[in-house]
Amino acid sequence: MSEFTEGSVLVVLAAPAGLESAAAGLVAAGASIGPVVALVLGPGERAEGDAAAAAELGAGAVLSADPGAQFLGVPAVAAVAAATEAVAPVAVLLSHSLDGRDLAARSAVRLRSPLAADAVGVGRDEEGVTVRHSVYGGDFLVTSAATHGVPVITLRQGAVTERAAAQPLLRRELAVADAGHRAGRVDRVTESVRASSRPELRGAERVVSGGRGLGSAEGFALAEQLADALGAAVGASRAAVDAGFVPAEHQVGQTGVSVSPRLYVALGISGAIQHRAGMQTAKTIVVINSDAAAPLFEIADVGVVGDAFDVVPKLIAALEARGATP
Amino acid sequence: MKIIVLVKEVPDTYAPRRLNPETGLLERDGDRVFDEISERALELALSQAEGTGPDPTITALLAGPESAATTLRRALAMGATAAVHLCDEAMLGADLGLTAEALAAAITRAGFDLVIAGDASTDGATGMLPAMLAEHLDVPHLTGLSEVRLGADGVSGVRASDGGTQEVSADYPAVISVTEALPDARLPSFKGIMSAKKKPLETLGLTELGVNPDPLAAPRSILLSVAERAARTGGVTLLTGDDVAQQLADYLIEHGLVRENDHV
Repeated sequence: MSEFTEGSVLVVLAAPAGLESAAAGLVAAGASIGPVVALVLGPGERAEGDAAAAAELGAGAVLSADPGAQFLGVPAVAAVAAATEAVAPVAVLLSHSLDGRDLAARSAVRLRSPLAADAVGVGRDEEGVTVRHSVYGGDFLVTSAATHGVPVITLRQGAVTERAAAQPLLRRELAVADAGHRAGRVDRVTESVRASSRPELRGAERVVSGGRGLGSAEGFALAEQLADALGAAVGASRAAVDAGFVPAEHQVGQTGVSVSPRLYVALGISGAIQHRAGMQTAKTIVVINSDAAAPLFEIADVGVVGDAFDVVPKLIAALEARGATP
Repeated sequence: MKIIVLVKEVPDTYAPRRLNPETGLLERDGDRVFDEISERALELALSQAEGTGPDPTITALLAGPESAATTLRRALAMGATAAVHLCDEAMLGADLGLTAEALAAAITRAGFDLVIAGDASTDGATGMLPAMLAEHLDVPHLTGLSEVRLGADGVSGVRASDGGTQEVSADYPAVISVTEALPDARLPSFKGIMSAKKKPLETLGLTELGVNPDPLAAPRSILLSVAERAARTGGVTLLTGDDVAQQLADYLIEHGLVRENDHV
């Protein structure tokens, strides 16, 4: 008999340096199917504060565990397994982040659980937990479920924008036995150097992307300027990345990052299927391109056939004039 | 040193992909190609195998229908030593769990020091399989490597993580996955194509691997429904005139798309 409410959802939150940015969406998604027990994975000295933050986001109970930063992924799997045993949840929810997906993958195998990857939403029907996926750049909506067992689900960052009500803090340490599984070593970490306070591309509310039409790395600065005026993340087409205008981590598309922001502005991007697959679920799409035949206009909400180098500076000025810039 | 490279055949990414509304499975009638990321994984093995010790072998492993043998032959022509084709009708529409279990069984059967995979295929694209295999095989995983060095005793490299860039390492045996940052694959030479015909290509089914595809044998993830998203309605509003920038600014503000409206 578990000390936790029957029908609880285990939500795993990474907290290497404070709760991961996807935490609010994860807890809210969990809360839509049952009471949330959060497993917060982070350094012991921060555990109290991180647990309080998780409760604030809607976790009714918090388990703290410190997998350390020395080994890659494997110690965290033991924590997820121990928490799953303690909570007996109806589902285990993690972020579909770089590290979250590895943790989910290994945990699902260890727990002998079915794995549902890159969900955009979760729900419940009379048979149990259901998972919604947006497939092939949002062309198809698929619903899946587990035949039996406790599904391990990764949630796409930024897909759930609802927020759950805060809960009183109820925290305890989770005892994790070292099962002696071999792990990769983390020999050194270099914090990501971000040139500005621009938001992260994954999960961003607004994205401004540039393509080959911007002509050069210098020209690509136009996308960055508009991004800053809108408080947006900077994206790029594969063509712009291949041409060396911008580093690969900005690539939006099937082989880059998939985004579904509220606003997506594309500058000088023709709109290959490759690119569309990573952004066409954006709620509002604005396309500025001098080529009226650019296929991206087909999925745009608003389009301007014109030179981005002419339109964008005027747009920034107009936003500033209306006091709409950060 | 035994290196296994996971290769995958995928639909050409420059054509639209469709799910069959009846089965929920990918329609496979379009052009099929060697997944580019698998080619890079194989290239890594081919270019660095010599540094891992004497007589390295490189086995290309693929799960897929009979027709996918073409991709394995290409891997052999590029320079792989041997190929294993996991081909079983029961794997049609297999979920991640069954796919990982079957591939892990095939890897164990072949024996391995290092498994190299692409970080995510261009069709399924979940990026889950490498870590799942590592857990099945109970070995370390180093995923999403953008730089890799294969040494005599272990592998090291650089990966992006959520917290920053990590320098990571693991002793063999291990499972690694690589990103598009790795070099492009070589083209098969004429000599390679000719010698590929003499190299071993083994075909295996689930029974030989002792894997039970029965949905009752292990929990699986199944499809409940598939719906094609309605085309974006309304179409594009093209702004014209001398003041398009002003119109666009007004549109963004009126629709609450600028930062000031985030918390409304």
